[in-house]
Amino acid sequence: MSDSDVTASQLGLCVCHGCGGLSRLAGEGHDMCCRRCGTALHLRKPNSVARTWAFLIAAYILYVPANVLPMMRTGSLFGAQSDTIMSGVAYLWHSGSWHLALVVFIASILIPLTKMFSLTFLLISVQRGWTERALERTKLYRVLDFVGPWSMLDVYVVTILVALVQLKTLATIQPGPAAAAFGAVVVLTMFATMALDPRLLWEPKENHHV
Amino acid sequence: MISHALTACHECDLLQRKPILPSGGIACCRRCKAVLFRRTPNSLDRALAYTLGAAILFIIANMFPIVGLEVQGNANATSLYGAVESIWKNDMEGVASLVFATTILIPAVEISLMLYVLVPLKFERLPRKMSAILRILQSVRPWSMTQVFILGVLVALVKLAHLAHVVPGVALWAFGGLILSLTAAVATFNTHELWNLVTENE
Repeated sequence: MSDSDVTASQLGLCVCHGCGGLSRLAGEGHDMCCRRCGTALHLRKPNSVARTWAFLIAAYILYVPANVLPMMRTGSLFGAQSDTIMSGVAYLWHSGSWHLALVVFIASILIPLTKMFSLTFLLISVQRGWTERALERTKLYRVLDFVGPWSMLDVYVVTILVALVQLKTLATIQPGPAAAAFGAVVVLTMFATMALDPRLLWEPKENHHV
Repeated sequence: MISHALTACHECDLLQRKPILPSGGIACCRRCKAVLFRRTPNSLDRALAYTLGAAILFIIANMFPIVGLEVQGNANATSLYGAVESIWKNDMEGVASLVFATTILIPAVEISLMLYVLVPLKFERLPRKMSAILRILQSVRPWSMTQVFILGVLVALVKLAHLAHVVPGVALWAFGGLILSLTAAVATFNTHELWNLVTENE
């Protein structure tokens, strides 16, 4: 950090996360609201680290049933079949649509896992108070923020399949419990990303205004 | 408010002077390169046009079936709401609510709130409670997932294509247009300039 780099919090200033306006915080800065938009002002998102851990751990736990339990059950004249996320990818791969298998693999397996591991890494880096490579870690945070919703893909695939394949005697598809677990994982990791304050990535531990 | 000449980066908290931007310019943080704000030429007119387009396409996309299926004389088609209903009937209320919220409710709220802000401004009037509306818009935006939904539909169609005859519905094309116009509307809807309007009118 060069000498000319002054952060707002060092001067007791705070940027409003509602409207982006700059305000001066009096004292500890509790219970203050932005004059322009009325949003509660905080130097940093309150309890950022603890809340991110809570969402993240819940996501890790639900990730297990999301992968082990069936995502959907297909019943047809030729018998019944259960599909997990991974067997769905394998099915697409073997049926010749390798490009779609790749899309589903990236959205349903690669993105959620990368996201959870990266958040874990960012949280540890904040708790250790690392200041090196803050720019790279901020970029990682931006990527996580951007890819968040794309993991919802498989939930939508199941929704459409269940609605369409209701051909009484020929074939029916029912959603499996993994759909609910997987939806919850996506929502929880999005909450975790939102709870993490990227400004903490730039600060040594003693400066944390949590 | 301290000074209108200064701003702090929302991602790394660096205090810096606001640059004066040419039309179409983007101000980035000096340290972490986060986009601080931008100046969009004709922001109001363009955002309004795209949002109106998105509103019309959204209505069409929700009124007609997205896809149909034909197997040996059995035919079945579903609209978006129909899909939500059938998931609900399969005792998956949570998943149904999630799909309903991210593909119907939140995009609808997003489009209506943008119109609520843009239409009065076009007639040079400040909409009531504008700051509250802008805040709600910011908080719902990450949960609007129409693009992901359409990719999901396409994956489902390919999975079904070799089992049955798949008929793309009117809503599928409307959804395609909706993604484009909604993305363009969000890109031209300049929150920073709208907040400045709120300040000027205080």
